[in-house]
Amino acid sequence: MENERKLEEFQQKIDANIKIEPKDWMPEKYRQTLIRQISQHAHSEIIGMQPEGNWLTRAPSLRAKKILMAKIQDEAGHGLYLYCAAETLGVKREQFLQWLHEGKAKYSSVFNYPTLTWADMGAVGWLVDGAAIVNQVSLQGTSYGPYSRAMVKICMEESFHQRQGFEIMVQLAKGTEEQKQMAQDALNRWWWPSIMMFGPHDSESAHSNQSLKWKIKRESNDELRQRYINKTIEQGQHLGLTFPDPNLKFNEETKNYDYSPIDWDEFWNVVKGNGPGNKLRINHHIKAHEDGKWVREAAKAYSKKINLSKKIA
Amino acid sequence: MKDELIDYCLRLGDSSLILSHRIAEYCSKAPILEEDLAITNVGLDLLGQAENFLNYAAKLKGNTTADILTFKRREGDFRCLHLVQTPNTDFAYILARQFLMDSYHQILFNKLLNSKDETISGISKKAIKEVNYHLDRSSDWIKRLGLGTKESNDRIQNAINNLWMYTDELFTDNSTDLSMEKNKISPLSSNLKKEWSELVVKTLRDSEIEVPKDVFYSLKYGKDGFHTEYLGYILAEMQHLPLLYPDATW
Ligand SMILES: [Fe+2]
Ligand SMILES: [Fe+2]
Ligand SMILES: [Fe+2]
Repeated sequence: MENERKLEEFQQKIDANIKIEPKDWMPEKYRQTLIRQISQHAHSEIIGMQPEGNWLTRAPSLRAKKILMAKIQDEAGHGLYLYCAAETLGVKREQFLQWLHEGKAKYSSVFNYPTLTWADMGAVGWLVDGAAIVNQVSLQGTSYGPYSRAMVKICMEESFHQRQGFEIMVQLAKGTEEQKQMAQDALNRWWWPSIMMFGPHDSESAHSNQSLKWKIKRESNDELRQRYINKTIEQGQHLGLTFPDPNLKFNEETKNYDYSPIDWDEFWNVVKGNGPGNKLRINHHIKAHEDGKWVREAAKAYSKKINLSKKIA
Repeated sequence: MKDELIDYCLRLGDSSLILSHRIAEYCSKAPILEEDLAITNVGLDLLGQAENFLNYAAKLKGNTTADILTFKRREGDFRCLHLVQTPNTDFAYILARQFLMDSYHQILFNKLLNSKDETISGISKKAIKEVNYHLDRSSDWIKRLGLGTKESNDRIQNAINNLWMYTDELFTDNSTDLSMEKNKISPLSSNLKKEWSELVVKTLRDSEIEVPKDVFYSLKYGKDGFHTEYLGYILAEMQHLPLLYPDATW
């Protein structure tokens, strides 16, 4: 059959590490998986602007304010690259946003947690961006060309974010007693959510196998999670803070850090959008989008007029 | 003269600082993602300008820093213009405020290139490149909104009408202006008016937006340390951490 032959050729290309480009033939399921994954990634960048924007007007120094503002701007830029990459699969940005608003598209649940103190700007940069990098570095090798290239661009900036977040943690951990407490509290609240960013265990993951075979994902959730934990614990040792897990221990045999079982009840609750965080984030986005409707209409009408007058002239 | 020079730097620094703060409030609320990026760019530039002027003010004052001036100064010691204090009512207000300030900044910084004070001319030299881009962007949007739809024209007209009175302050001289002019550090504020009007009136007319009548708005201005009711809330938010933890460094 025609389709089977195409599918075979497609898999051969994947196995030979040849990137798939927008105009190439691809299985419908490959396309759908990418549409879901890239748009989810784009939404995460955009929704992630909110918990950080929450502290932008309260950043405690000019330098901190500048760094945070530039970081949030980077995230908007990441969202833009990723929407563009996702659009190459034949869906328009307006549609992606509609799916987001209707709850049909997801974003990383970690952004449903509130940012309660300034230390959260440190913990989010260090842990959330830190976890994102591990995932994104791996995705540089993804089989879909536009997605892979977007990841290369994004990773450079993400490592800045992580370093800047860590810098805030260092400053607080070495600061006054109150600042130190603030840092510890933020670590306590963000550690587990950042670990959960890698998704369910490999044994429970719905999409993993086919995605690995098509090289949409390059490594499994658990492999990535373990790499993140190892890396982060090494960094955190210099802070003089305590990770909120009594069972964290280096395992000489596996050369990995062992950790306590993950609270999957919490994970699925947050993924399903229970709790106020999800509604807050989505409503914020919907409101901004609706408030901007007249502006987008004006821009459209104006460019029509300009094009018309160019044609006449 | 030194006191007046400090006062003048605070005026420039505080105005950029507070405008940047208003932009920061707007983070993640723009009509399209591209505008989120563009407006944050403007906010970052303004923050940089603020930092430069406040650093200079701090150096002149001695025994203080730009951060102390930003986070530990009392409201009455701020010198920002009333216009930058006005709230983000909607995109039209944000844009109108930006356009009025961008055009003012462009004309002002161009003049300050010739300031006898080298620090001020140096800061202006860097700022003017940024401000040219800001004005391009805001003028483009004025046109889009003015010529776009009936609704957008109504909204931008309304915003311009309501913000117009605040432009009075931009061109009113106080004792600091007189001293700056005498010492060839800056032109009189009143001397900027003609050029500014020509620039602004042209863009507004081209965009089918009516130019409001000038009104004599107030005897007391932000640059004299008399503020709108808005500023207190801005500062309460901006300064709360350093004030709550006075011994901490950030
Ligand atoms: Fe991110
Ligand atoms: Fe990002
Ligand atoms: Fe990031």
